[in-house]
Amino acid sequence: MEERSVEMGLKDKLEFPGQIHETPDGGFMITKLDDVINWARSNSIWPLAFGTSCCAIEMMHTVNAKYDWSRFGFEVMRATPRQSDLIIVSGTIVMKMAPVLKRLYDQMPEPKYVIAMGACTISGGPFFYNTYSVVKGIDHIIPVDVYVPGCPPRPEALLHSMITLQEKIKNDAYYRTQVDKK
Amino acid sequence: MISVLNTIRTMTKEELKYSFTQIFPAVTFDESGEFLVAIIPSEELLPVMKELRSKPELYFDYLFCETCIDWKDHLMMVYFLNSKTHNHTLVVKAKITDTLNPQIESVYDIWKTAELNEDEIFDLFGVRFLNHPNLRRLFLEEDWVGFPLRKNYVDEHMIEL
Repeated sequence: MEERSVEMGLKDKLEFPGQIHETPDGGFMITKLDDVINWARSNSIWPLAFGTSCCAIEMMHTVNAKYDWSRFGFEVMRATPRQSDLIIVSGTIVMKMAPVLKRLYDQMPEPKYVIAMGACTISGGPFFYNTYSVVKGIDHIIPVDVYVPGCPPRPEALLHSMITLQEKIKNDAYYRTQVDKK
Repeated sequence: MISVLNTIRTMTKEELKYSFTQIFPAVTFDESGEFLVAIIPSEELLPVMKELRSKPELYFDYLFCETCIDWKDHLMMVYFLNSKTHNHTLVVKAKITDTLNPQIESVYDIWKTAELNEDEIFDLFGVRFLNHPNLRRLFLEEDWVGFPLRKNYVDEHMIEL
């Protein structure tokens, strides 16, 4: 039973959102524009290469061959915020780093997403919480989509958070709200 | 050759104590730790340090750590000296009694490495180093108010323990 549900979950992720009707001369499909765009966007996320401490080491593991987040459509990391739409804040953010993080976030093109990886980015961290220099959670600076607790989180936890982010992207109505604005 | 070998040798704690007393008799020693600690008043620091650096049998040519301790009623500057030639180590502590306006001579002229160490101590403890080439905040922003490693430092974001 469980095996079956895992299989179905995976199928949901991979399958095209909509109905495909086969006809003798080719076929047609029925879908919603939002669903197609979100389906495409969620499987092509470009994270920003940004790491401030030990969580970044774990993030590098997740990028590389053993865990390989490209399997889930995260592609390569970009070295500039202007080419990325996801920032994984991995590591303690200190007061001096806060304006830099805000600027990086502002430079990213819309739509953009934020994953707060590890205890430090969620709340200031288990070790340096009560100090003069540490920001007590990055949600004081930028909005966060997914929080991953851990110190540091395992690569599996990070992958889980990124798949959760994909779910979020699939369910949002970014394209529709853009049309509504016009 | 023999005379050279005689000059290059590691001093014991007792010998270090004796040599130090020759330079500055009013010193107090503390031998509870790994290294011999010599405690002197902050006003006497520079001449004593110059002697420690230049005397051939001492020849402390390497300042491997410089830091400060806040004891609430006074500040204690700590200098860890090592001689690469003789391979002996000495800790010099200089007591600063004025905690409101703490200042001490910079040892930059003797050991160049002191420049950044003293920048950091100024940044976090607020000790002003006289004759320092470029005294500035090292880690914190230029407009930071207060010195975070002082015991009386208050931060609105910190939880009172």
